[in-house]
Amino acid sequence: MYQEQDALPKDSADFALSDNINPLKWIANFISKTLVITELEVRKLSHDPTELFTRALQPALWMLVFGEVFTRVRAIPTGNMTYLDFMAPGILAQSVLFVAIFYGISIIWERDLGIVHKFLASPTPRTALVLGKALSAGVRAISQAVIIYLLSLMLSVKLSWAPANLIEILFVVIISAALFSTFSLIIACIVKTRERFMGIGQVLTMPLFFASNAIYPISIMPDWLKAIAHFNPLTYEVDALRTLMISGGNSQYGLPFDFAFLIFSMIILTIIAAIVYPSIAR
Amino acid sequence: MNKKILEVKNLTKKFGDVTAVNTISFSIDRGEIFGVVGPNGAGKTTTIKILTTLLPPTSGEALIGGYNVVKNATKVRRIIGYVPQMLSADGNLTGYENLLIFAKLYDIPSKERKKRIIDSLHFMGLTDVADKMVKSFSGGMIRRLEIAQAVLHNPKVLILDEPTVGLDPGARDSVWEYVKTLAGKGTTVLMTTHYMEEADAMCSRVAIMNRGNIAALGSPHDLKISIGDDGASLNKVFEYYIGKNLDSGVSEGNFKDVSRTRRTTKRLG
Repeated sequence: MYQEQDALPKDSADFALSDNINPLKWIANFISKTLVITELEVRKLSHDPTELFTRALQPALWMLVFGEVFTRVRAIPTGNMTYLDFMAPGILAQSVLFVAIFYGISIIWERDLGIVHKFLASPTPRTALVLGKALSAGVRAISQAVIIYLLSLMLSVKLSWAPANLIEILFVVIISAALFSTFSLIIACIVKTRERFMGIGQVLTMPLFFASNAIYPISIMPDWLKAIAHFNPLTYEVDALRTLMISGGNSQYGLPFDFAFLIFSMIILTIIAAIVYPSIAR
Repeated sequence: MNKKILEVKNLTKKFGDVTAVNTISFSIDRGEIFGVVGPNGAGKTTTIKILTTLLPPTSGEALIGGYNVVKNATKVRRIIGYVPQMLSADGNLTGYENLLIFAKLYDIPSKERKKRIIDSLHFMGLTDVADKMVKSFSGGMIRRLEIAQAVLHNPKVLILDEPTVGLDPGARDSVWEYVKTLAGKGTTVLMTTHYMEEADAMCSRVAIMNRGNIAALGSPHDLKISIGDDGASLNKVFEYYIGKNLDSGVSEGNFKDVSRTRRTTKRLG
């Protein structure tokens, strides 16, 4: 058998983390690798940012057409809010969802090119590979938040500009994008082909969106849909955004509960994703 | 000191009822260029996936540098470099960035990073295009970049899956030359190919695989002698052991293999 010093080349021995892992070192390594994966995605985006602008179209249509019309109709009970004020945070949540939910496609694309194989054959922790991608979805989603804020300004939505609120919104947007992109990654690892993913992506996005409080309050839903909406992370994302984004907004579930639900879902999904991710290279 | 850098013992991989790799055993010495040849579907890529820790074997074991690919996967990952069959450099990054990301993932210290990347680009003849987007590279350039990426951390074993598939002869020759130079510097190379002339030109030893088994194993010269004709081409040797020539074997590759190869070729434009 090999002697230890013989088995590792000098370089690897210098850089390798020892077997009896120091938890602090492990965490430092985990965080730095996660950020490398995010850096990779952000660098790609910076070379070709056009997609960020093309993505502005859909929320613009929702707010300008759907929002304006329903504000006039007054068909949806939104309490003391105008319908546009009510829906702006919902449309932000929707944009974040759409950015994130098709992340699975890029995973399948990377698998077909062998990129996934190369990363999985590197000593990077699987959780860091998954979380790094998820955070990059967060970066993309921030651009959506900027667009929605601009649209909201144009349509004179009563925005809150309290700095604390803005920071919390940033957090909600990032964690929600991370959450849904991780969900998408799990689906991609299960279905494995682009064609199947496209089908399932559509089937999942619409129910997630409509079984939430994004464009109408949960109180007007039939009971069975209410039950689903209460397990939908999008509901708590929208609730948090509505509270923080709109001046005078009230939380239905309480911000601490919204945050807890989002963070808890994210942790569960990240663990599942780290387990299933290697299967995509098989 | 153990000369063997890589050992495979009774390795088996089954996918349901299909046995992709059937109790194969072989070992590779330090500094060798070891070739695994065979038609698509012979079990080459499955073997590579097990050795690169991407796929757990059904039974048997594989050791690289003394580490088990299942139990010590992270240690194995640190001492191997891997170039997958498909062209896997990121087209939306520059050549330099592709290397930078991997330098970071393999913990090359920040003060050494830049120098190592520049040296590595220089060695692979890519200095001039370092800051160009990889999608503008030719197939041969992408392949060389990927090899640079895979050896940045000075791996003990470089694993290449079909390194020249889809490349034109000029690009192929330059890939051969770089791989030989790396081996000359002491890196052990394990490569798969279905080009017999490639195995003949490059490899110190060759394992001929067919339907999950190793049909023959030896240096190209020994293999030729084993069929009683030391002037024969390796293709002849292949025909002798497999009972058909390699071209007819290619059509046995399943749909996935064929579409992957085509896609790679298409990307090369």
